[in-house]
Amino acid sequence: MVNMIHDRQTLMLFGGVLALLLVATIVGQLIKLRKRGDVVDNLNARIRAWWVMSAVFALSLLTGGLGSVILFAALSFFALREFITLTPTRPADHSALFWVFFIITPLQYYLVGAAWYGFFSVLIPVYAFLFIPSRIALSGDSTCFLERSAKIQWGLMVCVYCVSHVPALLMLEIPGYAGKNARLLFFLVVIVQLSDVLQYVWGKLLGKHKIAPVISPSKTWEGFIGGVLSATLIGTALWWATPFTMWQTMGMAFIITVMGFLGGLTMSAIKRDAGVKDWGSSIQGHGGVLDRIDSICFAGPIFFHLTRYFFT
Amino acid sequence: MRTFVAKGVVGIARLLAGGNVRRVGFTPDERQRIYFANHASHLDFVLVWAALPARLRAMTRPVAAKDYWDRAGLRRYLGVKVFNAVLIERTPTSTAPNPIDILLDGLGDRHSLIIFPEGTRGDGSTIAPFKSGLYRLGKARPDVELVPAYISNLNRVLPKGEFVPVPMLASVSFGEPMHIGEDEDKSAFLDRARNAILELRQW
Repeated sequence: MVNMIHDRQTLMLFGGVLALLLVATIVGQLIKLRKRGDVVDNLNARIRAWWVMSAVFALSLLTGGLGSVILFAALSFFALREFITLTPTRPADHSALFWVFFIITPLQYYLVGAAWYGFFSVLIPVYAFLFIPSRIALSGDSTCFLERSAKIQWGLMVCVYCVSHVPALLMLEIPGYAGKNARLLFFLVVIVQLSDVLQYVWGKLLGKHKIAPVISPSKTWEGFIGGVLSATLIGTALWWATPFTMWQTMGMAFIITVMGFLGGLTMSAIKRDAGVKDWGSSIQGHGGVLDRIDSICFAGPIFFHLTRYFFT
Repeated sequence: MRTFVAKGVVGIARLLAGGNVRRVGFTPDERQRIYFANHASHLDFVLVWAALPARLRAMTRPVAAKDYWDRAGLRRYLGVKVFNAVLIERTPTSTAPNPIDILLDGLGDRHSLIIFPEGTRGDGSTIAPFKSGLYRLGKARPDVELVPAYISNLNRVLPKGEFVPVPMLASVSFGEPMHIGEDEDKSAFLDRARNAILELRQW
């Protein structure tokens, strides 16, 4: 992975992101010259945050596998913190939560780092699933018992289990692609995030017909179709960096973008139910960590398993 | 070294509880103040302290229970050296000095204080009636502004009776500074102060 820095294809991938950020920054500043207001300020705040997020992501890829594992472990931690904050837990859940944050989450990422696929894939759906309700039951508070156990388990699944599939791409052994897995990670994250941005842009430009107005007033059919198609096309154009053929890449990019959309929609439904607009406020202009990675939560595991099943 | 440790403690507090601060009609500056807040967790004063700009932290002293913090080892180091806490007895004895005098002494002519007028930690769902210390301090030092602060969710980070914290986003909201009215009596003022914190709940 270290020599990845020196090869041309990788430089092209990073160069592409850099060019995109530059264009976005220039466009953002041009809009600011012509028009002022909250929407424009938010747009420029988002672009600034994109620079930081891209830099952190690029650094994590360049430091090799360990950097990515640590980055996604941190994202899981912050996302789960946002999730649990909005979940009404009771004092009796305290010990279970301690285990969730300080034992199960680090263990899951240790298993990613150690490339122990068998245990990685069952730790949360099997062991944590049985452990959490047991630990809560031991605390002896039965009020909303099923609800509490289910919500903690759900948070763990989405914020930790699903997200951990992104760095887990590094453990796949794809014939003829050894040492290049970081590009798969790059492909997934860039396509999901681009799809989010493009859905937003298409929605702002053409959006008329709302998909689920109660859940997310900003999601329209025009934005969805435009975003998915354009992000899929960009993804296809990156086929040379993947272990897939061009048509396979197109299929993967399409599935990634659709899953990303469903992730954003599902997480919006939870926010709406809790009566909040954003999960947090830690990323300027974007809301919380979970607002930024909700689409990755859904796209990550599916991309991982499709790649694992068909290409290893 | 002390500032280094203090930064470390603030860092850990932020990692656990986030760094969300809201100011409603309150601007932090060098004026002497008494911040009074609801109390549900041992971490309360750390969070209020961390919510202030760094330059004000050095002059702001939390008021803490002597029996808990004045014990050999880490607690005394953190309480006395790092946070420069004013320690008072929770169960006053006839021989001990008057706690109000200790607080006035701790306030001096340049420090600010962080106090918890409920006197003890609650479960986070309600705010207990205030003890009279805040009123007596305000009467003795009418020049010092009294600033209400509402701490949300921290009781879930470290509830009463638990030893290890869990991560949860908490927030500190500072309200408009207040003074005791000229002919305001004790219970009227304490009610008004308590309501000021309750009002911050909606932010």
